[in-house]
Amino acid sequence: MSHKFDLIVLGAGPAGMSAARSARALGLDVAVVDEQPAPGGQVWRNVEQATARRAAEAFGSDYEAGAELAGSFRTCGATYLTNTQVWQIEPGFRVYTRNGGDLDILFGRMLLIATGALERAVPFPGWTLPGVMTVGAAQILMKSADEIPDRPVWIAGSGPLTLLYATQLLEAGGAIQGILDTAPRANRYRALPHAMRALACRDELLKGMRWIRHLRRSAIPIIRDVTEIEALGESQVEGIRFRTTGGNESTVPATLLLVHEGVVSDIHMTLALGCRHEWHDAQQCFVPTLDEWGETSEQGAFVAGDGSGIGGVRSACAAGEIAALAIARALGRLSAAEAQQAAHEPRRRRARALALRPFLDELYRPRSQLAHPADDTIVCRCEHVTAGAIRTAARGAAGDPNQVKAATRCGMGPCLGRVCSLTVAHVIADTSGRSVAETGVYRVRPPLRPITLAQLASIEGKEIAA
Amino acid sequence: MTGHEFDAIVIGGGLHGLSAALHLSRANRKVVVLERAWVGRHASGASAAGVRTLGRAPQELALSLEAMHMWHRIERLVGDDCGFHSHGQVRLAESEADVEKLEERVALVHGLGYQHEELIDRVELRRLVPALSRHCMAAILVRDNGAADPHRTLIAFRRAAEGAGAQIREGQGAEAIERTGSCWTVRVGADRYTAPFVVNVAGAWAGRIAAMVGDDIPIGTKASMMIVTERVAHFIDPVLGAVSRPLSFKQTDRGTLLIGGGRQGIADLDRETATVRLVELASAARTACELFPTIGEIRVARVWAGLEAATSDQVPVIGPSPNAPGVIHVFGFTGHGFQLVPVTGAVVTDLVTRGRTERPINALTAERLMAARSVAA
Repeated sequence: MSHKFDLIVLGAGPAGMSAARSARALGLDVAVVDEQPAPGGQVWRNVEQATARRAAEAFGSDYEAGAELAGSFRTCGATYLTNTQVWQIEPGFRVYTRNGGDLDILFGRMLLIATGALERAVPFPGWTLPGVMTVGAAQILMKSADEIPDRPVWIAGSGPLTLLYATQLLEAGGAIQGILDTAPRANRYRALPHAMRALACRDELLKGMRWIRHLRRSAIPIIRDVTEIEALGESQVEGIRFRTTGGNESTVPATLLLVHEGVVSDIHMTLALGCRHEWHDAQQCFVPTLDEWGETSEQGAFVAGDGSGIGGVRSACAAGEIAALAIARALGRLSAAEAQQAAHEPRRRRARALALRPFLDELYRPRSQLAHPADDTIVCRCEHVTAGAIRTAARGAAGDPNQVKAATRCGMGPCLGRVCSLTVAHVIADTSGRSVAETGVYRVRPPLRPITLAQLASIEGKEIAA
Repeated sequence: MTGHEFDAIVIGGGLHGLSAALHLSRANRKVVVLERAWVGRHASGASAAGVRTLGRAPQELALSLEAMHMWHRIERLVGDDCGFHSHGQVRLAESEADVEKLEERVALVHGLGYQHEELIDRVELRRLVPALSRHCMAAILVRDNGAADPHRTLIAFRRAAEGAGAQIREGQGAEAIERTGSCWTVRVGADRYTAPFVVNVAGAWAGRIAAMVGDDIPIGTKASMMIVTERVAHFIDPVLGAVSRPLSFKQTDRGTLLIGGGRQGIADLDRETATVRLVELASAARTACELFPTIGEIRVARVWAGLEAATSDQVPVIGPSPNAPGVIHVFGFTGHGFQLVPVTGAVVTDLVTRGRTERPINALTAERLMAARSVAA
């Protein structure tokens, strides 16, 4: 295998596959690196398998489109590296990969980061107890291994994924004890002004309404306006205590609690590359600063898909195609005018897909309690650092997240700060009287994915093509 | 515009700056530390925190031995033990040629009248470090050496300095330094800080600060890289180095392995960044795996590089400016400044309060580097 490519695409989800296919059609030499054994990303995980597709089709998702894209991606001629993690990227672009015990370094003239989103961290008292897991993790088990919980679950949170998973779980024969809906009541009024625009995505809205109807018919208790949650138990979840807007407190027995408070852009790669980022207020997360083609502040490095702000499948596909055009233009395969002309259709498609977003962003805006955990709540679960310890470290110092990290070890564990960085930014911002945007997040240090000392040693003296 | 008057302005909020602020404040001097980013942002926060007299050059050895004495009483100085443990420092010989070098080194140190470095044989080495590869033949051991926790040390020195009355201003980068009468005025945005003494402890940027007062001191930059691993069961006490390969290897209190030794990343003073060169750092991992055959499967947690100043003769500049009265330079530690931290503040305080010091800094002048340049030119 050659190690030099015109374009290296990180991620084989909707954006990555679309970009690779477009770039190949424009004659580019493309490599696609993905951690999964098969294309699809999170949303289309296992999309090539008929059973998964059938299950998903029941909910009217875009799985058919996914299967078609995966099929054409397979045959587009891109070098497709499965089960491969990227543990560092450097300007130039050098992409350090690991597949099992084999480490390699790829060289790409251009880079497209299409690594999508991750679930927003949900720190609350007891969230680190065994028996608490995220809805996203539970859904991965269902999609990839047909596994569903062997006992009734409580689901707490907000966002489309909670509804989708609850519906899928019931369809698959699972049992739900109850749903704690944490979306603040005020969100509904804030979302209303965006409803007209969202009608452009009528089919998506209908899909959501079908999920809600399905859940209502199932007679599962749905408790709304939940503001605070606590998982109770010594070595395992035994119950949940929750409070609603009115201040009513209840305790219910539970052995499995699934939580989810929406997804945020995964900016680990763009941070590692030193790209500029900005605060996305509507989505309450940081996103890389991009131009109209998806290019970051680092020339030649692009982002497409949910990694640039949550936009969903259709937007991601269009963004991948748009980025591929700019990349082909930068490599001299298209003139500026040709690229503009060709971008017209995917841009229109993307704008249409994004019409739904302001409505959803407001409807599922995370409750403010998530950003302000109590002092004794653990924020960094790897190193067991509490919100209180972070506040103490931030007080009486400059309040830079890296300084707080050095003082408390928050973000130094095996997750490399992915989970806690946003919460830590909120907590420091509170303490130091600045905005989250001003506070920022930790610097990202390699390796972005775990490697062993022996594996690191194995790249000694490796000549890097330039 | 606001004015602030002090007895001394310390430029740089690394450990040497904090040490200067601490000692000066204890001597009843009104001190401000101006730190461009935040305390411990660069070399001090990226340090392996080795506390060693082993292998020190003769020019800085006496100072280092005094610092060692202070480390063993560090709690008295800063109210915290800084995570310091003296499990010894070891320098390994992996070949006959290495053994010869060690023998020469020990002879040199003994010739200077010091006894702290001792040669140990294969048997003693194995007893001390059972996990070590069998090919290691001998070593120098300094039993009272060890390592500390850099972040704890930063917090302790900061608290002690502030407790003694020093003011620490983060986010305050010195932009210009002007002579006003018998004082210096340091400009930071609209702020002016004035004092008769300025302590230049600006690390990698110290050459630029020196230039602001008219000293053209040739210094280079280091971006030494480090690896820290996941936590593993305790298996080694002393800190290890090697004669013929860059290496620093130790296990911290919390069980992580810290591997460094001076492999260089890419320094960028203007962007204030130090970037890791992984292919180069792989050599450090290789060396560590060769010396400890059982550690290959341990996972790397993080790698990083820290920025600091380096001199052509590998020893720091500590002493008064040759051209600017009242300016004291303390920089250029070239990868081994951590151990000297407790004593450099004492030197600075001697110079500020008495105008001289009995501590041995004659071989550490800025002039020596400036002279070397004029000879070269």
